[in-house]
Amino acid sequence: MPAARFRPSHVIAALRANLTSDGSADSIVPPSGHTAWLTTFTAGAMAFLAVFALALALASGRLAERWSDALERTATVRLSAPQDQIDLQIQAVLNVLQTTPGIASARALTTDEQRALLAPWFGPDLPVDTLPLPRLIEVNEDSSGYDSEGLRQRLAAEAPGAVLDDHTRWRKPLAIAAQRLRLLGFLSIALITGATAAMITLAASAALAANAGVIKVLRLVGARDGYIAAAFVRRFTLRALAGALGGTAAGMIAVSILPAADEAGGFLTGLGFQGWGWLMPLTLPPLAGIVAYFATRAAAHRTLTELT
Amino acid sequence: MIAFEGVSYGYDGGNLLSDINLRLAAGSFHFLTGPSGAGKSTFLKLCYAELLPKSGRVTILDKIATSMSRDDIAFARRRIGVVHQDCQFLDHLPVDENIVLPLTVSGQFAEPRDLRELMDWVSLAPLARAYPPQLSGGERQRAALARAVIMGPDVILADEPTGNLDWDMSLRLLTLLMELNRMGKTVLVATHDMNLIRQAKAQVAARVLRISGRRIQLAGADL
Ligand SMILES: Nc1ncnc2c1ncn2[C@@H]1O[C@H](COP(=O)(O)OP(=O)(O)OP(=O)(O)O)[C@@H](O)[C@H]1O
Ligand SMILES: [Mg+2]
Repeated sequence: MPAARFRPSHVIAALRANLTSDGSADSIVPPSGHTAWLTTFTAGAMAFLAVFALALALASGRLAERWSDALERTATVRLSAPQDQIDLQIQAVLNVLQTTPGIASARALTTDEQRALLAPWFGPDLPVDTLPLPRLIEVNEDSSGYDSEGLRQRLAAEAPGAVLDDHTRWRKPLAIAAQRLRLLGFLSIALITGATAAMITLAASAALAANAGVIKVLRLVGARDGYIAAAFVRRFTLRALAGALGGTAAGMIAVSILPAADEAGGFLTGLGFQGWGWLMPLTLPPLAGIVAYFATRAAAHRTLTELT
Repeated sequence: MIAFEGVSYGYDGGNLLSDINLRLAAGSFHFLTGPSGAGKSTFLKLCYAELLPKSGRVTILDKIATSMSRDDIAFARRRIGVVHQDCQFLDHLPVDENIVLPLTVSGQFAEPRDLRELMDWVSLAPLARAYPPQLSGGERQRAALARAVIMGPDVILADEPTGNLDWDMSLRLLTLLMELNRMGKTVLVATHDMNLIRQAKAQVAARVLRISGRRIQLAGADL
């Protein structure tokens, strides 16, 4: 029989001499069949949602900035006064404005300008000069801003017919709404991240529990807990990464083919990514990978400590 | 290599083994016998820290079992090859990958040629790509032995390694164990097979331990 020629010492010496590092250890964890797809799918779905949350956050951020920036810089003083006092009061208002800190410039609109403003509503032939229309004074504030309550009081004293219209009444709620929307977008991303972590923790814990027998055998042959944990961590991280890549790609395609409204379309115009913003969703797959890595690692260390 | 000092162990409440004192010196060859249910497998599990003593002290490769960390235990097991009575394979991996598992989990790998030689020797070469559940009892035991020796361990513990083998194969297995012992490895074999013990005693200085009445004693020369 061939066995007679066998010299165990040769074999074992040879085996010991040829030991080198091995990178293909992933198969020690049995494949988990269809449940593997659940992790990939969920990570993909979460990434898809996160792309929209990100688009929402970036768009409402732009909106909030545009409104606060463009609108906050101009205000109007409306002046109604008897015909003979109007020039006097305009001068008084301009005086007040020029001595108010935080106001860069102030200028009374000419009658031509006022006619142009009203033309869309009343036609070009409006006799602006003869109508008792209020005169408009355009106010540009500087970046430090002015105290609108104080200005109102001074105007009331100097020019009783002057009303400061600083757009605040309708501007503020819109700007705040846009800021809230941005906050909601980022909150959604945080929630999606948390939900992904929770889901991967559940999946990893279930996989570890289902493989208690495998873990026992691995320990019997001298596997360290760190090695066993790493095998599970690698598997779940790769699954989550693959899923998130697919979900992010799908989400970006979906955002890019959203019908583009024109500028007047308002909010919908902005829902999407602009310029460098297109790079932002690319951070989602690595984020999913990092989340999966830490979630699985925590689950693995907890389960391995409990399994004795 | 492994020492027991006043060790007792029991599964629930009562003691199965009590006041065990013995040393498995480096390079020694021991058989362990005793009736079924006497605690042979339990004793072996104490030797590789799958069980910890209820009282007394087990020292494994110079470390006290009860104060070893998880990693200490893992490193000790890489130097202790065990043939488990119930074999303990990963059923989703083929036989050859099960045999090299101790290398795999310690970041090493076997030369295919050497692995084939070892598989040949336990007559499992044709079954290399089969899965453990497809093997017969004897085939499983041979695969378990190949796995136990593949790391070239310092200590080899075999629990009924010949329980399902014919005499020819049992002798082959004994030959390997004696060969390893001659190289200086410490060997402990739990078995009921008196013929095997006699055969071994004719060739190596094997000692026989017998479990009776919760104690482990050296058997006389009457075997
Ligand atoms: N995990 C366990 N929980 C409770 N009792 C156990 C456990 N394992 C073994 N026992 C009991 O301990 C006793 C000794 O078991 P052990 O496996 O050590 O016997 P053994 O000497 O190896 O027997 P055999 O020759 O049949 O293999 C038996 O009565 C068994 O029922
Ligand atoms: Mg037994």
